[in-house]
Amino acid sequence: MPSPAVKPPAAKLPAAKLPAAQLPAARPGATAPGSFVTAWAGALVALLALALWSLSVGVSDVSWNTLWSSSEDDMVAQVLLYSRVPRTLALVLAGSSMAVAGLLMQMLARNHFVEPSTVGTVESATLGMLMMALWAPDWSVWAKMGFAALMALAGTALFLAVLSRVKLRSAWIVPLVGLVLAGVIDAGATFFAYQHDMIQSLRAWANGDFSVVVEGRYEMLWLSLGVTLLACLAADRFTVAGLGESFATNLGLNYQRLVWQGLVVVAVVTACVVVTVGSIPFVGLIVPNVVRLIVGDNVRRSVLWVAMAGAGLTLLCDLIGRLVIAPYEIPVGTVMGVVGSALFLILIVRRRRIG
Amino acid sequence: MPGFRLGLLALLAVLAGAAFMTVGVQTDWAFVLGHRGVKLLTMLVVAGAIGMSTVVFQTITHNTILTPSIMGLDALYQFLQALLVLLLGASGVVAWGVLPKYLLEIGLMVGFSVLLMRWLFTGHASSLHLMLLVGMVGGILLRSLTSFAMRMIDPNEFATLQDRMFANFNSIQLQLLWPSMALMLLGTAWIWRRRHVLDVLALGRDVAVNLGVNYQRQVLQLLVVMACLVAVSTALVGPVTFFGLLVSNMAYQSMGTRRHRWVLPAAVLWGVVLLLGGQVILEQVFAFNTALSIVVEFLGGMVFIYLLMRKGKT
Repeated sequence: MPSPAVKPPAAKLPAAKLPAAQLPAARPGATAPGSFVTAWAGALVALLALALWSLSVGVSDVSWNTLWSSSEDDMVAQVLLYSRVPRTLALVLAGSSMAVAGLLMQMLARNHFVEPSTVGTVESATLGMLMMALWAPDWSVWAKMGFAALMALAGTALFLAVLSRVKLRSAWIVPLVGLVLAGVIDAGATFFAYQHDMIQSLRAWANGDFSVVVEGRYEMLWLSLGVTLLACLAADRFTVAGLGESFATNLGLNYQRLVWQGLVVVAVVTACVVVTVGSIPFVGLIVPNVVRLIVGDNVRRSVLWVAMAGAGLTLLCDLIGRLVIAPYEIPVGTVMGVVGSALFLILIVRRRRIG
Repeated sequence: MPGFRLGLLALLAVLAGAAFMTVGVQTDWAFVLGHRGVKLLTMLVVAGAIGMSTVVFQTITHNTILTPSIMGLDALYQFLQALLVLLLGASGVVAWGVLPKYLLEIGLMVGFSVLLMRWLFTGHASSLHLMLLVGMVGGILLRSLTSFAMRMIDPNEFATLQDRMFANFNSIQLQLLWPSMALMLLGTAWIWRRRHVLDVLALGRDVAVNLGVNYQRQVLQLLVVMACLVAVSTALVGPVTFFGLLVSNMAYQSMGTRRHRWVLPAAVLWGVVLLLGGQVILEQVFAFNTALSIVVEFLGGMVFIYLLMRKGKT
């Protein structure tokens, strides 16, 4: 990806100079049909295994045999239907859509080290939730979420605006500006919450936690899936957008409109996830970067992998959180904060050695 | 005339202190003054520790947008505290007694942070932005690890830890005030004696070595003292990320010189003015209570973005 903001790894430099038609050059192994199908099947089986494991972990003992054999053991079916299945579904939906949102944002900011939780999108959505809780507690959940999405959109646009004013020479300044901006918005929200004695609620929302997910409390996440699917349909355009404004315009795309479409997708997904389960940091950062290392920069090729890996990573972190201090649990936001920031550190330190 | 400006600043600081002690006192002077006196001393310790450590750090790293807190040092301190409670248990920690525990924590903090800083700064000429990013993400990692550890700690034991985790100028542990003050004064005096060495270090490594400074040794000693000061301030009131950035840059601007004999006291005085004056304005004018650290974070974050943008242009 040739951008002034990002120095591409040496291996991809030649590919980036080719015309657009040849650009989506993936690694040779990924294109062979046989290995492709095997990889897909393997990934799907792994994801399914994780999901089943996630279903079977918890305080009340769910054994699969009782579920199939006897219908009198209603407890088990109830637990599964009202608590376990919604939770696992919510994990998959939130994880995959956050990962795809991160991928989109990286294309739009043309930097591989940004994602909703590192540029202030999540913080803005949280601030929106807070304002709604204070000023319009009677509005429907959908209206509140809409407002949170608008705030998320504004926050992200602010980030891009600040970014466009920085004449950057270094790839690292982009995530840096984002992190500080997120901190400033967070300080604003904290100040606001402090005035109204809501710091505790604020912290509780802000930390991604799936333990509250039951039937009826997660359905909003289907919306984020829908929006994510729409983004997948436009995958090719986002690949081109990643090449820069002049390049995209040359190829006949309305760059500004595309940026806004991408921002709306990111904002809606973030708002959905923040409203239902809280923030899940770093999924959108780690997953697209790892997938990019294997599949390459072409969004159409990588987007489904990103979605699957995002779901998998979220499931895994949730499992860790549930198993470490069982029967209590650690929120997924905390686990992801540890796992994600450690992986992020490894990514940037490794990049430094290569670059 | 830096001397004149410094005098003016000192006057401003005294005024802020006087206002802090007297404005809005209605009844029972003895109680109120005693209560505010403790707060005043705490803020003086924090202003001294943060002002001095930030200027030293910026001189060593040759950069005016770095601070020890942005590099995650106080997150490290909090993590070590949580880890101690997790490993020893609250009773184990209490059995140590307040002062030995405090010294142990500061010792651990200094050791770890010197290791961390040496690892960060001895690498081949790496980009400033990358280093900042590593520091900030490291801070996030440490904070997540801290809350991870907090979840693992027995709820009963957690109460002993909780109070000490958030920036707060109101609930100060009196027992820690005196040792902190002593450490702060010692560190400050030590740095003040090195002010000429710092002037030379600011010229860059090669020049400093040419002028006969034992570079490695001096920098290491300064790092140890700096980490000590950061630990003192964090132990007292918790993390304040951008405060040091604010005071050091105000000191450079207002003094119009980079010589440490002017900049060091100016940074401390600006800290005093901001903390005490800010608290008076927030409490008396806006009737807000303890939100000072939040306001400082907000302003400091803005200044940081501004500095980043200006740096990006040159």
